[in-house]
Amino acid sequence: MKPAVAFVCGLLFAVGLAVAGMTQPSKVLGFLDLFGGRWDPSLAFVMIGAIAVYATARALAPRRPLFAAAYPELRRRGVDRRLVAGSLLFGIGWGLIGFCPGPAIVALGALVPGSLVFGASLLIGLAAFQVSDL
Amino acid sequence: MDLAHFTPIASLVGGLLIGLAAALLWISNGRVAGITGIVGELLAPARGDAGWRLAFVGGLVGGGALVHALHPSAFAAPRGSTGLLVVAGLLVGFGTRLANGCTSGHGVCGVSRLSPRSLAATAIFMAVGISTVAIARHLVGGA
Repeated sequence: MKPAVAFVCGLLFAVGLAVAGMTQPSKVLGFLDLFGGRWDPSLAFVMIGAIAVYATARALAPRRPLFAAAYPELRRRGVDRRLVAGSLLFGIGWGLIGFCPGPAIVALGALVPGSLVFGASLLIGLAAFQVSDL
Repeated sequence: MDLAHFTPIASLVGGLLIGLAAALLWISNGRVAGITGIVGELLAPARGDAGWRLAFVGGLVGGGALVHALHPSAFAAPRGSTGLLVVAGLLVGFGTRLANGCTSGHGVCGVSRLSPRSLAATAIFMAVGISTVAIARHLVGGA
Protein backbone atom coordinates (compact mmCIF):
# COMPACT_ATOMS: atom_id res chain seq x y z
CA MET A 1 0.00 0.00 0.00
CA LYS A 2 2.83 2.38 0.87
CA PRO A 3 4.37 2.46 -2.62
CA ALA A 4 0.95 2.91 -4.24
CA VAL A 5 0.18 5.90 -2.03
CA ALA A 6 3.67 7.27 -2.59
CA PHE A 7 3.17 7.02 -6.36
CA VAL A 8 -0.11 8.95 -6.15
CA CYS A 9 1.58 11.56 -3.94
CA GLY A 10 4.40 11.96 -6.46
CA LEU A 11 1.91 12.33 -9.28
CA LEU A 12 -0.15 14.90 -7.39
CA PHE A 13 2.99 16.76 -6.37
CA ALA A 14 4.11 16.91 -10.01
CA VAL A 15 0.74 18.20 -11.21
CA GLY A 16 0.80 20.80 -8.43
CA LEU A 17 4.25 22.03 -9.41
CA ALA A 18 3.20 22.31 -13.06
CA VAL A 19 -0.08 24.12 -12.29
CA ALA A 20 1.80 26.44 -9.95
CA GLY A 21 4.22 27.46 -12.71
CA MET A 22 7.31 26.02 -11.06
CA THR A 23 8.14 23.85 -14.07
CA GLN A 24 8.97 27.07 -15.92
CA PRO A 25 12.41 28.14 -14.72
CA SER A 26 11.82 31.60 -16.20
CA LYS A 27 8.85 32.06 -13.86
CA VAL A 28 10.90 30.99 -10.85
CA LEU A 29 13.61 33.47 -11.83
CA GLY A 30 10.91 36.12 -12.31
CA PHE A 31 9.96 35.56 -8.67
CA LEU A 32 13.56 35.71 -7.49
CA ASP A 33 14.21 38.85 -9.56
CA LEU A 34 13.10 41.19 -6.83
CA PHE A 35 15.17 44.16 -7.95
CA GLY A 36 14.63 44.12 -11.72
CA GLY A 37 11.49 46.25 -11.65
CA ARG A 38 9.44 43.38 -13.10
CA TRP A 39 8.86 41.18 -10.07
CA ASP A 40 6.39 38.29 -10.51
CA PRO A 41 5.07 37.47 -7.02
CA SER A 42 3.17 34.33 -8.16
CA LEU A 43 5.38 31.83 -6.38
CA ALA A 44 4.60 33.39 -3.02
CA PHE A 45 1.07 32.09 -3.63
CA VAL A 46 2.46 28.58 -4.14
CA MET A 47 4.06 28.74 -0.71
CA ILE A 48 0.89 30.14 0.87
CA GLY A 49 -1.31 27.42 -0.65
CA ALA A 50 1.03 24.54 0.14
CA ILE A 51 1.73 25.66 3.70
CA ALA A 52 -1.95 26.31 4.44
CA VAL A 53 -2.93 22.76 3.45
CA TYR A 54 0.08 21.02 4.98
CA ALA A 55 -0.03 22.89 8.28
CA THR A 56 -3.74 22.08 8.60
CA ALA A 57 -3.13 18.43 7.81
CA ARG A 58 -0.33 18.21 10.38
CA ALA A 59 -2.56 19.76 13.00
CA LEU A 60 -5.45 17.38 12.26
CA ALA A 61 -3.39 14.25 11.50
CA PRO A 62 -4.47 10.99 13.16
CA ARG A 63 -2.44 9.72 16.13
CA ARG A 64 -0.55 7.32 13.87
CA PRO A 65 -0.16 7.12 10.10
CA LEU A 66 -2.64 4.92 8.23
CA PHE A 67 -0.03 2.56 6.76
CA ALA A 68 2.90 2.88 9.14
CA ALA A 69 3.48 2.04 12.80
CA ALA A 70 4.36 5.57 13.87
CA TYR A 71 5.42 8.99 12.65
CA PRO A 72 9.18 9.48 12.48
CA GLU A 73 10.83 11.29 15.34
CA LEU A 74 11.97 14.54 13.73
CA ARG A 75 15.28 15.33 15.37
CA ARG A 76 15.43 18.65 17.09
CA ARG A 77 18.70 20.16 16.05
CA GLY A 78 19.67 23.77 15.98
CA VAL A 79 20.78 25.82 13.02
CA ASP A 80 24.30 24.61 12.25
CA ARG A 81 27.01 25.31 9.71
CA ARG A 82 25.91 22.50 7.40
CA LEU A 83 22.42 23.92 7.16
CA VAL A 84 23.71 27.41 6.43
CA ALA A 85 26.40 26.33 3.94
CA GLY A 86 24.10 23.90 2.15
CA SER A 87 21.27 26.43 1.81
CA LEU A 88 23.79 28.96 0.52
CA LEU A 89 25.04 26.60 -2.21
CA PHE A 90 21.49 25.61 -3.07
CA GLY A 91 20.42 29.25 -3.34
CA ILE A 92 23.21 30.00 -5.81
CA GLY A 93 22.34 27.01 -8.01
CA TRP A 94 18.62 27.82 -7.82
CA GLY A 95 19.19 31.44 -8.81
CA LEU A 96 21.46 30.51 -11.73
CA ILE A 97 18.92 28.33 -13.56
CA GLY A 98 15.58 28.42 -11.74
CA PHE A 99 15.24 24.70 -11.01
CA CYS A 100 14.95 23.26 -7.52
CA PRO A 101 14.97 19.44 -7.17
CA GLY A 102 11.22 18.73 -7.53
CA PRO A 103 10.52 20.66 -10.74
CA ALA A 104 13.81 19.40 -12.22
CA ILE A 105 12.68 15.78 -11.81
CA VAL A 106 9.20 16.55 -13.14
CA ALA A 107 10.81 18.21 -16.17
CA LEU A 108 12.71 14.97 -16.81
CA GLY A 109 9.39 13.20 -17.32
CA ALA A 110 8.39 15.88 -19.81
CA LEU A 111 11.71 15.44 -21.66
CA VAL A 112 12.33 19.17 -21.45
CA PRO A 113 15.53 20.16 -23.29
CA GLY A 114 18.29 20.77 -20.77
CA SER A 115 16.51 18.87 -18.02
CA LEU A 116 18.63 15.78 -18.59
CA VAL A 117 21.89 17.70 -18.16
CA PHE A 118 20.53 19.46 -15.07
CA GLY A 119 18.99 16.27 -13.66
CA ALA A 120 22.18 14.24 -14.15
CA SER A 121 24.23 16.99 -12.48
CA LEU A 122 21.73 17.12 -9.62
CA LEU A 123 22.14 13.37 -9.09
CA ILE A 124 25.92 13.67 -9.23
CA GLY A 125 25.69 16.44 -6.64
CA LEU A 126 23.60 14.22 -4.38
CA ALA A 127 25.99 11.29 -4.92
CA ALA A 128 29.00 13.53 -4.27
CA PHE A 129 27.54 14.38 -0.88
CA GLN A 130 26.97 10.68 -0.22
CA VAL A 131 30.66 9.85 -0.73
CA SER A 132 31.99 13.10 0.72
CA ASP A 133 31.99 11.89 4.33
CA LEU A 134 30.32 15.15 5.41
CA MET B 1 5.79 44.33 -10.88
CA ASP B 2 5.36 42.00 -13.81
CA LEU B 3 1.58 41.79 -14.04
CA ALA B 4 1.69 40.17 -17.50
CA HIS B 5 3.07 36.96 -15.99
CA PHE B 6 1.34 37.18 -12.59
CA THR B 7 -0.76 34.02 -12.01
CA PRO B 8 -2.03 34.19 -8.42
CA ILE B 9 -4.94 31.75 -8.88
CA ALA B 10 -3.04 29.04 -10.76
CA SER B 11 -0.11 29.34 -8.38
CA LEU B 12 -2.37 29.17 -5.34
CA VAL B 13 -4.17 26.10 -6.74
CA GLY B 14 -0.82 24.48 -7.59
CA GLY B 15 0.34 25.19 -4.05
CA LEU B 16 -2.82 23.63 -2.61
CA LEU B 17 -2.14 20.47 -4.67
CA ILE B 18 1.48 20.36 -3.49
CA GLY B 19 0.30 20.72 0.10
CA LEU B 20 -2.29 18.01 -0.44
CA ALA B 21 0.33 15.61 -1.84
CA ALA B 22 2.64 16.29 1.10
CA ALA B 23 -0.24 15.91 3.57
CA LEU B 24 -1.28 12.57 2.05
CA LEU B 25 2.27 11.24 2.27
CA TRP B 26 2.50 12.24 5.95
CA ILE B 27 -0.90 10.95 7.03
CA SER B 28 -0.73 7.68 5.11
CA ASN B 29 2.94 6.73 5.16
CA GLY B 30 4.28 8.96 7.93
CA ARG B 31 6.89 10.47 5.62
CA VAL B 32 8.03 14.02 4.98
CA ALA B 33 7.62 15.04 1.33
CA GLY B 34 11.12 16.40 0.93
CA ILE B 35 12.27 15.72 -2.60
CA THR B 36 15.98 15.93 -1.78
CA GLY B 37 15.72 13.41 1.03
CA ILE B 38 13.47 11.04 -0.91
CA VAL B 39 15.82 10.98 -3.91
CA GLY B 40 19.09 11.33 -1.99
CA GLU B 41 18.42 8.38 0.28
CA LEU B 42 17.68 6.23 -2.76
CA LEU B 43 21.41 6.32 -3.41
CA ALA B 44 22.07 4.28 -0.25
CA PRO B 45 18.67 3.05 0.92
CA ALA B 46 18.02 1.28 4.18
CA ARG B 47 16.53 -2.22 3.84
CA GLY B 48 12.91 -2.15 2.69
CA ASP B 49 13.01 1.61 2.33
CA ALA B 50 13.57 1.94 -1.41
CA GLY B 51 10.16 0.89 -2.71
CA TRP B 52 8.09 3.88 -1.68
CA ARG B 53 10.88 6.27 -2.64
CA LEU B 54 11.09 4.81 -6.15
CA ALA B 55 7.30 4.92 -6.42
CA PHE B 56 7.22 8.60 -5.39
CA VAL B 57 9.93 9.53 -7.91
CA GLY B 58 8.06 7.46 -10.51
CA GLY B 59 4.98 9.56 -9.75
CA LEU B 60 6.96 12.78 -10.19
CA VAL B 61 8.39 11.67 -13.54
CA GLY B 62 5.08 10.13 -14.66
CA GLY B 63 3.28 13.30 -13.63
CA GLY B 64 5.69 15.31 -15.76
CA ALA B 65 4.98 13.08 -18.76
CA LEU B 66 1.23 13.26 -18.16
CA VAL B 67 1.07 17.04 -17.81
CA HIS B 68 3.31 17.46 -20.84
CA ALA B 69 0.99 15.26 -22.94
CA LEU B 70 -2.07 17.30 -21.92
CA HIS B 71 -0.59 20.77 -21.64
CA PRO B 72 2.95 21.10 -23.02
CA SER B 73 3.09 24.84 -22.38
CA ALA B 74 3.29 24.12 -18.64
CA PHE B 75 6.98 23.47 -19.29
CA ALA B 76 9.80 25.66 -20.43
CA ALA B 77 13.43 24.80 -21.02
CA PRO B 78 15.97 26.26 -18.61
CA ARG B 79 18.05 29.03 -20.18
CA GLY B 80 21.80 28.78 -19.94
CA SER B 81 24.81 27.01 -21.41
CA THR B 82 25.46 23.34 -20.71
CA GLY B 83 28.26 24.40 -18.38
CA LEU B 84 25.91 26.60 -16.37
CA LEU B 85 23.32 23.80 -16.17
CA VAL B 86 26.00 21.43 -14.84
CA VAL B 87 27.29 23.89 -12.25
CA ALA B 88 23.77 24.77 -11.08
CA GLY B 89 22.72 21.11 -10.92
CA LEU B 90 25.77 20.18 -8.85
CA LEU B 91 25.22 23.11 -6.47
CA VAL B 92 21.53 22.28 -6.03
CA GLY B 93 22.19 18.56 -5.49
CA PHE B 94 25.10 18.91 -3.08
CA GLY B 95 23.72 21.97 -1.31
CA THR B 96 20.26 20.61 -0.60
CA ARG B 97 21.68 17.35 0.73
CA LEU B 98 24.16 19.17 2.96
CA ALA B 99 21.31 21.35 4.25
CA ASN B 100 19.07 18.30 4.65
CA GLY B 101 16.30 19.73 2.52
CA CYS B 102 15.17 21.98 -0.28
CA THR B 103 12.12 24.03 -1.23
CA SER B 104 9.78 21.14 -0.40
CA GLY B 105 11.27 19.64 2.77
CA HIS B 106 12.32 22.93 4.37
CA GLY B 107 10.25 25.48 2.44
CA VAL B 108 6.87 23.75 2.68
CA CYS B 109 6.95 20.93 5.24
CA GLY B 110 9.40 22.46 7.71
CA VAL B 111 8.05 26.00 7.55
CA SER B 112 4.53 24.60 8.08
CA ARG B 113 5.53 23.25 11.48
CA LEU B 114 7.62 26.37 12.22
CA SER B 115 10.85 24.40 12.52
CA PRO B 116 13.63 26.90 13.31
CA ARG B 117 16.04 25.02 11.04
CA SER B 118 13.63 25.08 8.12
CA LEU B 119 12.76 28.75 8.65
CA ALA B 120 16.49 29.56 8.63
CA ALA B 121 17.19 27.38 5.57
CA THR B 122 14.29 28.89 3.64
CA ALA B 123 15.32 32.45 4.51
CA ILE B 124 18.88 31.70 3.38
CA PHE B 125 18.14 29.99 0.06
CA MET B 126 15.53 32.62 -0.80
CA ALA B 127 17.87 35.51 0.01
CA VAL B 128 20.78 33.87 -1.84
CA GLY B 129 18.57 33.01 -4.82
CA ILE B 130 17.39 36.62 -5.01
CA SER B 131 20.98 37.87 -4.72
CA THR B 132 22.19 35.44 -7.38
CA VAL B 133 19.54 36.59 -9.84
CA ALA B 134 20.30 40.23 -9.06
CA ILE B 135 24.00 39.69 -9.70
CA ALA B 136 23.61 37.45 -12.76
CA ARG B 137 20.95 39.58 -14.45
CA HIS B 138 21.69 43.12 -13.45
CA LEU B 139 25.40 43.25 -12.66
CA VAL B 140 26.89 40.63 -15.00
CA GLY B 141 24.35 39.59 -17.60
CA GLY B 142 22.33 42.71 -18.26
CA ALA B 143 19.34 40.63 -19.41
